[in-house]
Amino acid sequence: MLDRTLAPHFGAIEHIKLVEPKHIKLPNGSNLYYFNSGEQDLVRIEWVFGNVRFNADRPLLNSAVITMLTEGTSTLTASQIADKIDYYGAFLQAEYGYDNSVVTLYSLSKHLASTLPVIKDIITDSVFPESELQTYIRNQQQKLQVSLQKNDVVARRTFNKAIYGESLYGFAGDGADYQQLQRADMLAHFKQMYQPSNCDIFLAGKIDDEVLNLVTDAFGASWANGPESADISQPAVKSSNELFYFIEKPEALQSAIRIGTRSINRSHPDFPALQVLNTILGGYFGSRLMANIREDKGYTYGIGSGMSALKHGGALFIATEVGADVCRDALSEIEKEINRLKTELVPQEELDLVRNYMLGSLLGSLENVFSHADKFKNVYFSDLDYAYYDRYTNVVKAITPQDVLDLANKYLDFDKMYKVIVGKY
Amino acid sequence: MVKFNRFTLDNGLRVLVHEDNTTPMAVVNILYDVGARDEDESQTGFAHLFEHLMFGGSVNIPTYDEPLQRVGGENNAFTSNDITNYYITLPAVNLETAFWLESDRMLSLAFSEKSLEVQRNVVMEEFKQRYLNQPYGDVWLHLRPMVYKQHPYRWATIGKELSHIENASIEDVKAFFKKHYNPQNAIMVVGGDVKTEDIKALAEKWFGPIPAGEKYVRNLPQEPEQHQARRETVTANVPLNDVYIAFQAPGRLEDGYYAVDLMGDVLSRGNSSRLYRSLVKDQQLFSDIHAYMTGSFDTGMFVVEGKPTEGVSIDQAEEAIWQQLELLKQTEVPEDELTKVKNKTESTLMFSEMSLLDKAMNLAYYELLGDAEALNHEADKYLQITAEQIKEQANRIFRKGNSSTLVYLAAQPATEEIEETE
Repeated sequence: MLDRTLAPHFGAIEHIKLVEPKHIKLPNGSNLYYFNSGEQDLVRIEWVFGNVRFNADRPLLNSAVITMLTEGTSTLTASQIADKIDYYGAFLQAEYGYDNSVVTLYSLSKHLASTLPVIKDIITDSVFPESELQTYIRNQQQKLQVSLQKNDVVARRTFNKAIYGESLYGFAGDGADYQQLQRADMLAHFKQMYQPSNCDIFLAGKIDDEVLNLVTDAFGASWANGPESADISQPAVKSSNELFYFIEKPEALQSAIRIGTRSINRSHPDFPALQVLNTILGGYFGSRLMANIREDKGYTYGIGSGMSALKHGGALFIATEVGADVCRDALSEIEKEINRLKTELVPQEELDLVRNYMLGSLLGSLENVFSHADKFKNVYFSDLDYAYYDRYTNVVKAITPQDVLDLANKYLDFDKMYKVIVGKY
Repeated sequence: MVKFNRFTLDNGLRVLVHEDNTTPMAVVNILYDVGARDEDESQTGFAHLFEHLMFGGSVNIPTYDEPLQRVGGENNAFTSNDITNYYITLPAVNLETAFWLESDRMLSLAFSEKSLEVQRNVVMEEFKQRYLNQPYGDVWLHLRPMVYKQHPYRWATIGKELSHIENASIEDVKAFFKKHYNPQNAIMVVGGDVKTEDIKALAEKWFGPIPAGEKYVRNLPQEPEQHQARRETVTANVPLNDVYIAFQAPGRLEDGYYAVDLMGDVLSRGNSSRLYRSLVKDQQLFSDIHAYMTGSFDTGMFVVEGKPTEGVSIDQAEEAIWQQLELLKQTEVPEDELTKVKNKTESTLMFSEMSLLDKAMNLAYYELLGDAEALNHEADKYLQITAEQIKEQANRIFRKGNSSTLVYLAAQPATEEIEETE
C-alpha cells in the first residue's frame, strides 16, 4: 500500500558542470568568447560595451545612445534596419544596463551573413538623425509620465538615488533631461564608447567555422579603434545622509515599500554566504518574508529581497507592495524578520532546505547554451573566474547556522537601512 | 521538432513524455482543463483563487512548496480564461518528489480555512496591485464586457470585483475541486532527463490509484456575432489618453486564426511593422501602439491599442488606426512583407525550443487543443497562409459593427496636486 505521507527518497545535487568558452583575442583588441552547443541552427551574439563615465550635465547620454543605435546609420534608415532584421526572422535588442550597454542579435545561423552586416553598420556608423532624436525624446517623455504613476517605479528611483547619489546607478531622469539631449553630444559619445577596445563579444549557439569566420571578418581587423580610448572609469558613489523617504499618494490602494542598504558585490569573499542569508530572508517563495507577510498575514501579493551586484557597488534590498492600510504593520514585520536573523540561529532543517533549493536553482538556471554564456559573463565582469562557482557551491553546502547569524549581524542593520514608502503610511 | 511519447492511465489521465538528455533537469507540467470561462457569473475570479489554494497543502502533505524546495525544485502556476497550468522544475534525480506532490493534490486538498482566508487576502492584494493601483490597470475590466455580452470571457481571470473573492467559502472550494480537478480533466507532461518507461511506472504508482472522478461537460453560451459598434469612455487619473479598439476574432481552432495572427504581426510586430512605422515614426500620431489577438479557445479578441501623442485628438487617433485597417481590407499584403512575418514566426517557434519548460507547456497546450503533435506542424500552418486569406479576414473582422472602442481619458486638473507631491 502506497503511503502518501512519506516523501520519496531524494538525492543531493553533487556536481554542477559549467561549459567554459573558447577565447579569441581579435587583432583590434576586442575579446571574443564563444560557446558551441545545441541542436538548433541558431545563435545569439552579444556586443558588450562599457558605459562611459557619468556626466551630471549630460546624464542620459549612455542610455540614449544605445537605445538609438537602431535609428539610422549613414547608409541605412531606421526602417531599413528594422526591415532587414525582421525579414530574416532575427531579433535585435539594444539595451542599457548600469555598467554596460549591450547589442544583442538572435539569428538563425543560415541568415547570419545577411543580418551581421546590419549590426556592423549600427555599431560602427550610427548617425542619430535629428528627426529620430526628436521622436525618441517625445516618446520617452510620454513613457516616463506613465512610469511615474507607478508606485513601485517611484520607490525604486527614490531608493537608487538615495543609495547611489549622482551616478549612473542613482540617476533618475525627468522630462527636462530628455529635452536637453543633443545630436552632437550623442555622436561624440558614440565615437568614444563604441570601439573594439571597449567591446567584448559573446557568441552562443551552434558555432561552426563559418559562423566564427563571419563574426571575426566583420569585427576583427576591419574594425579599427578610434584615436581616443573610452573613459569607463566612474566617479565615487556618494550615498545620501537621509535614510527615510515618504512620498504620499492620497488615493493609493497599496503602498510600495523599498528598504535596503549598500552592500558588497560578487568579488567580495562574503558574497556567496550573503546570498544564502538573502535567500533565507526573501530570496525564494518559501522565504521568511513571504512566509510571514504574504502566506501568514496576507498583506501582499508578493515580497522579496534581492542583491544587486554592480561593478562599482552593490545593494541588498527588500521590495513589496502592500495594502495601504497595513503599511506600518508590514514594515514592523520586515524589521522583526531582519532582527530574528540576527538573534536566533536558523534551524538546521531550514538551512538544509535553502542549500538544496539554491543548488537546484543553479543547476536549473543552466537551461541551454545561452545560460552557460550568462554564467560566464557574471564572473567575467566581476573580474572573477569559474573558481567562483566552486567556491559558491562549497559555501552553500558548508555554511552553518552560526555563520548565518554572524553575517546577519555584520551586514543587516534595520535602523541604518534606507527606507522608501510610496503611497500611504 | 519536439518528440514525445504518450500514454493514458485507466483513470483517464493523459501523460506525455519528452526525453531531452541535454539537461540534468526535469519538468513536470500539469494542465487542468478549467479556466475563468468555467466560473459562475456570481463567483468570478474563482479559478484563479483556486490556483492559489492548490499550494495550501493537500490531503496527506501539509505543505506543498517546502518539500519541493528541499529537493532543489521550483514551481509556479498561472490561470487564464481557458486553462489552469501548474509547473515544476527540479533536478531529474529527484523527479519522484514531483509525482508525490502533484498526485496528492490531484487526489484531494487539505481544504484549510486558514489557507482560504490568507489566499483571499493575497488575491485581493493581487487585484489591487495589478488592476486597480496601476495606471490603465483596469482597462480589461472595462473592455471584456464590451466585447462579450453572453460568453463568460466577459470577465477577467482576476474576477469582476473584489467582493466575489471576499465571499468565497470553503464549500465553494470543495465543489470546484470535485468538478474540475480530477485525472480526466488533466494533462501531464514530463520532460528532461527522463525515460518514458520510468515515467510510466511512476505515473501508475502515484496517479494510477486516483479515482477518475466525473467528467466535466462544458456547455458555455457562445458569443453571438456583433453587428453594432460599441463605445465607452472612461476618465481616470492617468497622464496620457489611450485608445483601445477591440474586434471579435476567430477562436484558437476556428478558420482564419492563423491568417488573423499574421495580420496582427503585419500591423504590429517589431519596428518594421505598419502601425509603428506609419503612426509612430512617419505621422507621429502615437507614442506607443500595438495590435494583437488574445488566442482564446472560443471567440477571441483582436485589439489595437495606442497612446496618441500630445495634441492629437481622439478622433484623429481613431481615424489613423482605421486607415491602416482599411488598407488591409483593400490591398493584399505584398509578398515580401508576408514572407517577413512568416520568417519571424518560424524563428520564434525555433527559439522557443531552446527552453525545456516552454516545450513541456506547449505540448500540454496542444494536447488539450486536440493533439500535441500539432505543435510540430504549427510553422507549416503559418507558412501556408496567403495574402488573399489575410485580406479576407481583414474584411470579415475590421467592420465598424464588429468594433468596441474604449477611450481612456486622462483626467485633467485633478491630477496636478498629486503629481506635485513627487
